[in-house]
Amino acid sequence: MARYSKLFAALALSGLTAVFALVSTASADELQDIGKLLRAGQHAQALERVNRYLASRPGDAQGRFLRGLVLAEQNRTSEAIDAFTRLTQDYPDLPEPYNNLAVLFAAQGQYERARQALEQSIRTHPSYATAYENLGDVYAKLASQAYDKALQLDSANTNAQTKLALLRDLTAGPRGAAAKAAPVRAQERSGSAPAVLAQAPAKPAAAAQASAGATLDAKAAAKAEATAAAKVQARAPEPAVPKAPESATRAGQPAPKARGSDAGETQSEAVVRTVNEWVRAWESRDVNAYLAFYAKDFKPQAGESRADWEAGRRKRILAPKEIAISADRYKVSFSGENSASVSFRQNYRSELVKSVNTKTLVLARRDGIWLIQQEKAGP
Amino acid sequence: MGRAPLALGLAVIAALTLGGPGSSTARISPGRTQKETAEVMLQKAVAEMGSKKFDATLGEIDSLIRAQPNFRLAHLVRGDLLMARVRPLEKIGAGARAPVQRLSDLRDEAAARLRAARERPPQGRIPKYLLQMPSEARYAIVVDTSRSRLYLYRNDGGLPRLAGDYYVSSGKAGAVKTREGDQKTPIGVYHVVSSLPRQKLLDLYGAGAFPINYPNEWDRRMGRNGYGIWLHGTPSDTYSRPPRASDGCVVLTNADLEALAPNFQVGLTPVIISENVDWISDEEWRSDRKEFIDAFERWRLDWESRDTERYLSHYSHRFATKKEDLAQWRRSKQRVNVSRAWIKVGVSDLSVFRDPGSENMMVVEFQQDYRSSALANVMKKRQYWLREGGRWRIVYEGAA
Repeated sequence: MARYSKLFAALALSGLTAVFALVSTASADELQDIGKLLRAGQHAQALERVNRYLASRPGDAQGRFLRGLVLAEQNRTSEAIDAFTRLTQDYPDLPEPYNNLAVLFAAQGQYERARQALEQSIRTHPSYATAYENLGDVYAKLASQAYDKALQLDSANTNAQTKLALLRDLTAGPRGAAAKAAPVRAQERSGSAPAVLAQAPAKPAAAAQASAGATLDAKAAAKAEATAAAKVQARAPEPAVPKAPESATRAGQPAPKARGSDAGETQSEAVVRTVNEWVRAWESRDVNAYLAFYAKDFKPQAGESRADWEAGRRKRILAPKEIAISADRYKVSFSGENSASVSFRQNYRSELVKSVNTKTLVLARRDGIWLIQQEKAGP
Repeated sequence: MGRAPLALGLAVIAALTLGGPGSSTARISPGRTQKETAEVMLQKAVAEMGSKKFDATLGEIDSLIRAQPNFRLAHLVRGDLLMARVRPLEKIGAGARAPVQRLSDLRDEAAARLRAARERPPQGRIPKYLLQMPSEARYAIVVDTSRSRLYLYRNDGGLPRLAGDYYVSSGKAGAVKTREGDQKTPIGVYHVVSSLPRQKLLDLYGAGAFPINYPNEWDRRMGRNGYGIWLHGTPSDTYSRPPRASDGCVVLTNADLEALAPNFQVGLTPVIISENVDWISDEEWRSDRKEFIDAFERWRLDWESRDTERYLSHYSHRFATKKEDLAQWRRSKQRVNVSRAWIKVGVSDLSVFRDPGSENMMVVEFQQDYRSSALANVMKKRQYWLREGGRWRIVYEGAA
């Protein structure tokens, strides 16, 4: 079941990414407002506004993408599929519409079409991690269907469960967690994306090149024009963060062995302990304790105030009756004594949702205590 | 989601199943070249799994599944192909969660079908059983239960030539049937005794059935019992069954059964079932054949000589017909030989098959044209010859 909620998390994620990434200055505010309505669950209003927005700009990719998202959230799946399909036809170089098409196909059990859409998404954007993850899930689902046929297993029951999980996911899924990644991604892309979009229909090659430069992938970045890459780096809020966990551990650099003040633990151990305590607070649905792990300068997703974010978290944490979270596969890296990044596998289970995600937290040490500055899905 | 482990996993599967690079695959048997069989498509797809042509391989498997939607092994391979994109797989079906038996059944079928691509019948060699096919029989069937394979041999003027080979299932409990209900496939020399069309059969038996004459005279002599050993097809919801699946019958896919059916001649087509087929060279075949046919010819001539002792030297002390033992046989032959002025024995349409159950046994059939000063009689005869102390001797003789 996890994989489907992850798919939907990914839908929301790439939605936000695209929405905020592709905004051109003139219409940015309007689209952001519509995005807020969508997140607030005010789908009808969001749809009305986005339709009005599109009436004067029928070709506008951002608006059409957002409209697709609203329709998806409204469970108007075939209309959403139609919206994203036409977007892929007009903007074949954008990976997100393919990805979201795949999510919708997968939700309908059309895994073969989901596979094709995701492969297309990856073709247009070879380092698009979300599409890879989704594609892995779709392969696994297709494989299990093939195995069921091979071994004459009755998969009817599991399919039924999938459907139920999806319906709940639309209103109560781990979207919060996934959506938190949006600010990072949005800003990473904002450097190049608006220009991309404006050119996309006319110059697909330029679009592909520019969007490659905007990814987290080191190789793609290296391939992109130096200036573009530099721009992205400069604009990114924590330039070292996205790549840090992997490159540090892969290069075999030992974590700083600075001693903590009390228990004689390394800072690396202190970071992991902090994550564990944060997980326990979340798990026990102690919202105040949970929020206390976040730094004063923690940035919620773009356009959201700290108060709105806290309210949203409170609601989501208290919605399920029971939450079980486990975390493992920690990778900790440091950029200075007081700045750490930890990525780990987060296994979240409630009676509403199950998901397994890789999560990365950026922490800052203030007065000997590690606090979360940034939270995002993915390594 | 790295790509490297995927490719690795696929390569491992291909190596495990195909014996690594250099193994021959997907060769089509003579006579079946018109269109690719499902098995050849499967073999190709598995061979390609080690390559990086994911889309092409998936396309092949998909067209195979379109052609044979009930080919469960093809679905399993499709699952593996996809699952190997997610994580490395160490063997076929490793990504599936399923009852162990069902999975191992499919793995066994995969092993048998892929082995068939790897180990082709040696070119220019002949199964050592087919020493002399009956002149009217267009084909002979040779079944190998350990390889789960049926070989179709065309009678090319007495020389057997491979005309096709097919995956088959056999008895759940293996081979060498001795008792009713032992779920084993008999080993020996048999022939097709009737043909049952689909309309007369339960769905279990598929597109048709060809009963064989188990237990034959030697089986009965050995005290073996049971009945109803058929070559037959598969149920309509099943493309093929695991290698060990039947109660002793030899089971073909419906497609293969339908392809073979026109070649079966009721009362004639030999069905030789072996646990492990041996092939011999053309020279060995000729020398084996000559050695036996010479012995047979001496028996015929010694019968014509009316010298009872010379004649009886061709009979084993274990000899018996359905009614008589050697002593009774001796008495009746002595009586006949003294009362006849002359005896002529004509032999035509001779067939000679080595029994796979015993190296030292030949199963022989022929048209016997017996004439003497008192009687003329034409009959079809069957003999079992056993090699004892370096000589071929008859252990059973009777009307076929």
